[in-house]
Amino acid sequence: MEHPILFISIILEKLGLPVPHGPVGHTFLEQICAPYMTYTWLVMAFLFLVSRLTLGNLEMIPGKGQNFWELVIGGMDDFFADNMGREMADKFFPMIATFALYIGVANLIGLIPGFMSPTSSLNTTLALTVIVWISHHIIGFREHGLNYYKHFMGPIWWLVPLLLPIELISNLARLISLSIRLFGNIMAKETLLAILFMLAGGFFAPLPIMLLGVLVSIVQAMVFVLLTVVYFSQAQEHAH
Amino acid sequence: MEGNLQLALICVGAALSIGLAGLGAGIGIGSVGNGACQGLARNPEVQPKLMVFMILGMALAESVAIYGLVISLILLYANPLLG
Repeated sequence: MEHPILFISIILEKLGLPVPHGPVGHTFLEQICAPYMTYTWLVMAFLFLVSRLTLGNLEMIPGKGQNFWELVIGGMDDFFADNMGREMADKFFPMIATFALYIGVANLIGLIPGFMSPTSSLNTTLALTVIVWISHHIIGFREHGLNYYKHFMGPIWWLVPLLLPIELISNLARLISLSIRLFGNIMAKETLLAILFMLAGGFFAPLPIMLLGVLVSIVQAMVFVLLTVVYFSQAQEHAH
Repeated sequence: MEGNLQLALICVGAALSIGLAGLGAGIGIGSVGNGACQGLARNPEVQPKLMVFMILGMALAESVAIYGLVISLILLYANPLLG
């Protein structure tokens, strides 16, 4: 379903750039001007500028902006350290915290009229998931070498023919479930908002769903990050 | 006429797919919440640890509904049998 009003797309069309009206554009320029791409750049610019402006230079006695970021970053750091150990949390903090901030802001931005969540497109979430999936294999391989494949073989050697396909399928299903969970939730939220707005927008019908949407956005960002942390720590630990 | 019947059956299939998957996932998530609440009532100190497991369990139960959503989206938008 096409989003009704997207102000970046309208501005780009006024500037004469081709904005695709299907899910994917045909030429390279159309693909760059697709709404989920432009809004991804917007979210990135927002995160960059806000952290730049509020965090000018670090001080011993933190001001308002620095206090906020210390709370966010410190809270995430404690959360990762609780779930994957201090050493791994230090190692992978930049990557996973970037995911958390990006997904959180990208989910929440869709609640403002005229904006769209980049995460309501499967392209964005699948890209994030492929990064997580490949890096958890790399982590496991670097830690255990070829012994990493014992993770897929179960505890007893004569159960290998039975367990190997199951483990492989469940590992590949992570790609689908992690990406489509985020995509499905956010797209359902956006579609519901659009439908309620068309039905009874004058009577503030989408308002309760917007309140629910704040909750869903934060919980889905947290679930994505939590599952990333769990996959990483599972790849790190020894085969049973 | 035959095309209309085909489209109607596809819509019914898509609705049934997400509907029944949502039924199962709802029961699953409800039982996760039930267990978490009972555990929390008996031992309130474990709240931070329990929260993580509760959300993880809910996410895993929810993925069943998401497979249903995938099937219904495939049926509606990318049906391989429709040509």
